[in-house]
Amino acid sequence: MPDGFKKAWRLLRRLSGDDAYERYLAHYAIKHANTDAHAPHPLLTKAEFFKQWQDEKWIGIKRCC
Amino acid sequence: MNRFLKIIPWLLIALLGAFALSAIALNRGENISALWFITAALCVYALAYRFYAAWLAASVLVVDESRATPAERLDNGRDFVPTHKWVVFGHHFAAIAGPGPLVGPTLAAQFGYLPGTLWIILGAVIGGCVQDMVILFLSTRRNARSLGQMARDELGPLGGSAALIGTFTIMIILIAVLGLVVVNAMKHSPWATFTVSATIPIAMIVGIYMRYLRPGEVLEASLIGVVLLLLSVAGGRFIDADETLRIVFDREGLTLAWWVMTYGFAAAILPVWLLLAPRDYLSTYMKAGTITLLAVAIIMLQPSIKMPAITPFIDGTGPIFGGKLFPFVFITIACGAISGFHALIASGTTPKLLSNERDIRMIGYGGMLLESFVAIMAMIAATVLEPGVFFAINSGAGVVGADAASAVAKITSWGYPVTVEQMQLLAKQMGEESLFARTGGAPSLAVGMASIFGNAFGESLLALWYHFAIMFEAIFILTTLDAGTRVGRFMLQDMLGNIWPKMGQTSWTPSVILTSALVVSGWGYFLYIGVIDPNGGVNILWPLFGIANQMLAAIALCVATGILIKSGKQKYAWVTGLPLTWLIIITSTAAYQKISSTDIRIGFFAAANDLSDKLSAGSLSLEKAKIAPQLIFNLQFDAWLTMFFISLLWLIVFDMLRVVIRTLNGQPVLPLTESPHSPSRLVEDWIRD
Repeated sequence: MPDGFKKAWRLLRRLSGDDAYERYLAHYAIKHANTDAHAPHPLLTKAEFFKQWQDEKWIGIKRCC
Repeated sequence: MNRFLKIIPWLLIALLGAFALSAIALNRGENISALWFITAALCVYALAYRFYAAWLAASVLVVDESRATPAERLDNGRDFVPTHKWVVFGHHFAAIAGPGPLVGPTLAAQFGYLPGTLWIILGAVIGGCVQDMVILFLSTRRNARSLGQMARDELGPLGGSAALIGTFTIMIILIAVLGLVVVNAMKHSPWATFTVSATIPIAMIVGIYMRYLRPGEVLEASLIGVVLLLLSVAGGRFIDADETLRIVFDREGLTLAWWVMTYGFAAAILPVWLLLAPRDYLSTYMKAGTITLLAVAIIMLQPSIKMPAITPFIDGTGPIFGGKLFPFVFITIACGAISGFHALIASGTTPKLLSNERDIRMIGYGGMLLESFVAIMAMIAATVLEPGVFFAINSGAGVVGADAASAVAKITSWGYPVTVEQMQLLAKQMGEESLFARTGGAPSLAVGMASIFGNAFGESLLALWYHFAIMFEAIFILTTLDAGTRVGRFMLQDMLGNIWPKMGQTSWTPSVILTSALVVSGWGYFLYIGVIDPNGGVNILWPLFGIANQMLAAIALCVATGILIKSGKQKYAWVTGLPLTWLIIITSTAAYQKISSTDIRIGFFAAANDLSDKLSAGSLSLEKAKIAPQLIFNLQFDAWLTMFFISLLWLIVFDMLRVVIRTLNGQPVLPLTESPHSPSRLVEDWIRD
C-alpha cells in the first residue's frame, strides 16, 4: 500500500509539473554536464526555470471545449 | 484451448453490453437505473478499445514501437519531452475535456435519453476516438505538426487556409456560447455570481504564490487554491443572506455579459502566470475531482432515469432548440461523440510528449473514450430530473411564457407535469431565487448533480452542492474563455503579421491590445445578442457551434483520409471515410435547414423575416421592438455564417477528393511528409534497465 501511495504521489507531481525542476536538473546533468561555464545553456535557478517553463506552456492551443 | 479461454471474458462483456444496450433501448414507460447506462457504455468502450483500436493500431496505422518519436528525436527538456504514458494521458485528457461534453448532452436530453446516449457511445467509438487517434498518429509521424500545417503539406494551400479559418471562427463561436452559459448560470443569483467572481482573485493568489512566494511549488499553491475555492462556495451563502452585499452580486444578464467581456479582455492581456496558468490548475483539479465524485455517486446511488426514452420533440418542436432529431441531435452533441477541436490538441500539442508510438492507442483512442464517458454522466445527471422540472429550467421565457403559472401550465400540457410549488421548493433547496427559464444547460446540470450528490452524500447540503456544481462548470468555462481568447489573439497577430510585420510581434503592446480587443468584440457580439435574445440565445448559438465543431472534425478527417489513400492504404480508407461521410451528411443537412427552413424556430432567414414582418406591422411590444433590428441583423448574419461554414467544408472535401482521384490515377500529388524512420534508443534503454 505505501508503495502504491508513493507511485500515485509521483504521478500527481509529474502531472502537475511539481517536479519539473528536478526533471530539468536531471536532463541538464545528462545533456549539458560536459559543456563549460560559457556554454549557451547556463544552469537556471528554480525561479528562472519555472518562469520559462510556465510561459512556454501557454503558447499554442492548450485547452478545448 | 488457451486461445478459447482468453476469448470467454470478451464474449461475456459483449453479452452484458448487448443486454444493457437493449435494456435502455427497449425500456418504455418505466424508470430505468442509471447503472444500465454506465454498463452499456463501459462494455462497448472495452470491446472497441480491445478490438477496433488494436486493429487500427496494428493494421491500419501500423504503429512502430521501434521508431523514435519527435519527443525523443527533438528532446529539448522543455516542450519536446518523452513522457510516461499515464502522464501524457493526463495532459491530453485535461486538454480535450472542457465544458462541451457537459452542456451538449444536457440540451439534447429534450429528445429523451435514448438518441443522445446512443450517439455518444457509438459516435465516440466509430468517429471521435478514431479521429483523435489517427490525427495523433499522423502528427507524431510529422514532427508534431499542427492540423493546419498537415492540411497544407498534404492536401495543398486551400486545405491549410480552410483549417486555419475554421479554427479561428469556431473559437469565436465557442467562447460566445460558453460565455452565455456562465452568464445564464449567474443571472440574478448572488451566490453563484459571488463564487464565480471569487475564482478570479483566488487564481491570482495562487499565481503569485507559484511565481514569487514559492516558485515552482505547484502542488502547494494548488492546495491553497482548492481550499479557497471551497470556502468561496460556502461563503456565497452569507453573501446571499446579507441584504446589502447581495445587491452587489444580484445582476441582470446584460451587466454580467459586460463583466465577462471585460474579464476576457483583461485575461488576454495579463501575463499568463497571473491568471490563466493558476486558473487552469484549479479547473483541472476540480474537473478531475468532480467527475470522479460523480462517477462514484452514480455507481453508489444508482439513480433512476425519469426522462422517457424518446419525447415527442423529435419532430422538431422542442422547447430548448428547434429542429428534428435528425440531424440536430448529432449537431448538439459534438464533444462527447466527435469533436473537431480535439484534432488541434492531438496534433501539435500531445505528440511532443509521446515517448513511444505504441501509446497512441491508449492516449488518442482511450482519451476520447473517457470524454465520451463524461458525456454519458452528464446525460444521466440531466435525465434523473423529473422531465417537467428539466423543461421548466431549460425552456426560455420566449417559449413557455415569462410568468411561472403560464410556464408550468404549458409544460404540463406537453405531458410533463410540474407545479409552481415544486419549482419554488426546488429553487429554495438549491439556494436560488428561481429556477425558471435558466437556459444554457449549466443550472439544470447543477440541479441534477446536486440531487445525485445530495442523495449520496447528504441531502441537507443541496444548496452547497448546487453552487459547487455551478462553480465547477464556471471555472473551466472561464479557463476555456481565457485560453481561447489568447489563442485567438495569437492567430490574429499571426495573420495580421503577414500584412504588417510589426503586428506579428506577440509581445508588442499596441498589437496585443488591438488584437485582444478584436477577438473579444468578436465573441462579445454573439454573447450580447445571445443575452438579449428572448428565447435564451443558446438555441441559436449552440447549433452554430455544433456545426462549426463538426465542420472542423470533417476537415481533420479529410486530411486523414487523404493521407491514408496517398500512403496506399485504400482498403482501409473507410475507417476515417465512414465518419467523414456521416459528418458531411449531418452538417450539410443541418446547415441547409438552418438556412432555408420556413419554420421560424429553425431557419435563420425565416426567423428574421418573421420578426421584421411583426416589427413593420407594429405587433411587437415596445421593449421587443427596440431590440428587434439587432436581432434581425444577427439572424441574417448567422445564416451567412452558416453558409460560409458549409462552403468551407465542401471546398476542403473537393480538395481532398481531387488529391484522392489523382493518387488513384497515378498522377502526381504533393509528396507524403512523413519523417524518415530513425530507431528509438529509449526502447533499448528500458530493456537494459
